[in-house]
Amino acid sequence: MKVLVPVKRVIDYNVKVRVKSDGSGVDLANVKMAVNPFDEIAVEEAVRIKEAGIATEVIAVSCGAAVCQESLRTALALGADRAILVESDIELQPLAVAKLLKAVCDKEQPTLVICGKQAIDDDANQTGQMLAALMNRPQGTFASKVVLGDGKVQVTREVDGGLETVELTLPAVVTTDLRLNEPRYATLPNIMKAKKKPLETTSPAALGVDVAPRLSHSRFAEPPKRSGGKKVADVAELVAKLRNEAKVIA
Amino acid sequence: MTVLVIAEHDNNELKPGVAQAVTAAGLAGGETHVLVAGANCSAAAAAAARLQGVARVLLCEATHYADGGAENLAALLATLAPGYSHLLAAATPFGKNLMPRLGALIDVAPISEIVAVEGPSSFVRPIYAGNVLVKVDSTDAIKVLTVRATAFAAAGDGGAAGIEAVPAGPDLAVSRVIGREIVKSERPELTAARVVVSGGRGMGSGENYHKVLEPLADRLGAALGASRAAVDAGFAPNDYQVGQTGKIVAPELYVAVGISGAIQHLAGMKDSKVIVAINKDPDAPIHQVADYGLVGDLFEAVPALVKELGG
Repeated sequence: MKVLVPVKRVIDYNVKVRVKSDGSGVDLANVKMAVNPFDEIAVEEAVRIKEAGIATEVIAVSCGAAVCQESLRTALALGADRAILVESDIELQPLAVAKLLKAVCDKEQPTLVICGKQAIDDDANQTGQMLAALMNRPQGTFASKVVLGDGKVQVTREVDGGLETVELTLPAVVTTDLRLNEPRYATLPNIMKAKKKPLETTSPAALGVDVAPRLSHSRFAEPPKRSGGKKVADVAELVAKLRNEAKVIA
Repeated sequence: MTVLVIAEHDNNELKPGVAQAVTAAGLAGGETHVLVAGANCSAAAAAAARLQGVARVLLCEATHYADGGAENLAALLATLAPGYSHLLAAATPFGKNLMPRLGALIDVAPISEIVAVEGPSSFVRPIYAGNVLVKVDSTDAIKVLTVRATAFAAAGDGGAAGIEAVPAGPDLAVSRVIGREIVKSERPELTAARVVVSGGRGMGSGENYHKVLEPLADRLGAALGASRAAVDAGFAPNDYQVGQTGKIVAPELYVAVGISGAIQHLAGMKDSKVIVAINKDPDAPIHQVADYGLVGDLFEAVPALVKELGG
C-alpha cells in the first residue's frame, strides 16, 4: 500500500514573525523557512509504517512555488521514497490545496493520507478534513496513535477531556497531533541520498484544478500588547491585590 | 439572512462554546437557528431553545449522529446549507473536525477561529500562533466558520425558541467510535473556567504537579492547565495543554506556576483578564505579561498562597 504525505513550507517555528509596516502582510524576506512541524510528524509516521513492513511506498507532495522542492527534499531525507511538486506562483489557500491533493490522490491511489493537523503560518487546520471530504473518505483528525489493520485503521484522537479511538474504513485521511511521534533528524548520508530520489513536477492546470483564492486577507496587525510586568513582594501582597485591586477573588 | 449554529453536546447538555457561537451568529447575520443532531438529544435541544437570540432549533435524531462524527454530520449539514448565509460552530476539536469537511462538500473556503465579526463577509482571525491578527473577507455565497469562544460573550438563558424535527440523512458507515478515555473531573472545564491554575516544567514531576497545584485549584474553584513542556514531560495529560496548539483560554484569573512563558503558551492565555505568575526566574517572559508577578520558589509560594487564601 501507498502512503501519501502532504508537506508545507512555512516560516521556521523559532522565527519571530514581523508584520510589514503597511499592514499588507507578514515579512517573509530573508526569513528562515522549514517544513511545517506537524507535517514532519506526518512524514515520520508514514516512514514508520513503511519500516514496519505495512506500506510499500511513501510519497511526499507539496503545493506552492518552486522553492517548495526544499521541503520535499527534507521529506525524502526523512525516508519518503519519491516526491511530487504541484508548482504554482499564486497564493494557494487550503481549499485549493485540498483540491490539488485530491487530484494527485486520484492518480496515485494511496491507501492512507497523513497530513499535519495545521500549518503554523495560517493555523487553518482545514486541509486534511477537506481532502477527506473531496475524496468522500473518512477522517481521523488530531491523531496521537495510528494502528493499521485489515482494510481498517484505528486512530486515537485527542479530544476535549481525553482520547477517542475511531475505526475508519480505508482509504482514509489522518491528521497528526503533536504527540503522535517524535520525528527523527535527517542524517547526512540520507540528505545526500535524498538528492537522487525522484521528484516530479506538475501544475494546477495539468491537474485541472481551479485554484483561484476565495478569501482575501488584509489589515495584518500585531495584537494589542498586555501591559504586565508588575511584581509583588510576597504572597500576602498578591492576595491583597487580587482581592482589592483586581477584584477577581472573594 | 439566516445563520445556523451547529451545537456540540453530549445528548443531554450543550458543551461550552455553543452559547458564544450563538452570540457570534447574531453579529454575522439575521435570524439564528441551532442544529442539535444526536441520539436521544431532546434535552440538549431544549437547552439550545433557551439560549437568548435563538429563533429556532433544528433537532435531528439518529444513532449515527450520537458520537458527533464529522462524516455523517457534514453530509447532513451539506443538505441544510443552501438555506443559510452562514454556518458556524465553536472552534473546539468537534468544530475543527467538522466545519472544514462541510466547507469542502459545498465548495466553500472555511474561515477558522474567528475572534471578531466585522460584517456579513468580513471577519478577524489570529494567525502565526496568535502573533498576527488578520482581516479575512470571503467571496463565497455561504460562509463556513469556526468561532474562538473566548472572544465572544456567552448568550444568556431566557429564550423560548421552537424546536422543529428535521429528517436524518443516511449512515455512511465509514467511521465508528470504538473507545473513549475521557477523564471525568469535578473541576470546571478548562476553556470555560472562571479561574485556571497552570503548571509548567518548574513543577519538576507529575507528583509535584498534582500535590502542589490541586489544593490551590480546589481553593479557587479552578480548572487545571499545563504548559506544553509540562505535558511533554508527562506531568499532566495532553488535554491540559494551554497554548496555540492546545486549548485557548481567557479566564478572569490565570495563575501560571513554574511556567517560563514561551510564545506558544502565551498565545493560549494572554487574553485572560488577570494573569498571576509564580516563577523563581525574574527574567522569565511570563513576568512580562503578568499583572502580578511573584518571584520565588513555587514549592514555598503556592502552599503559602493556599494558606493566605484560607484554604
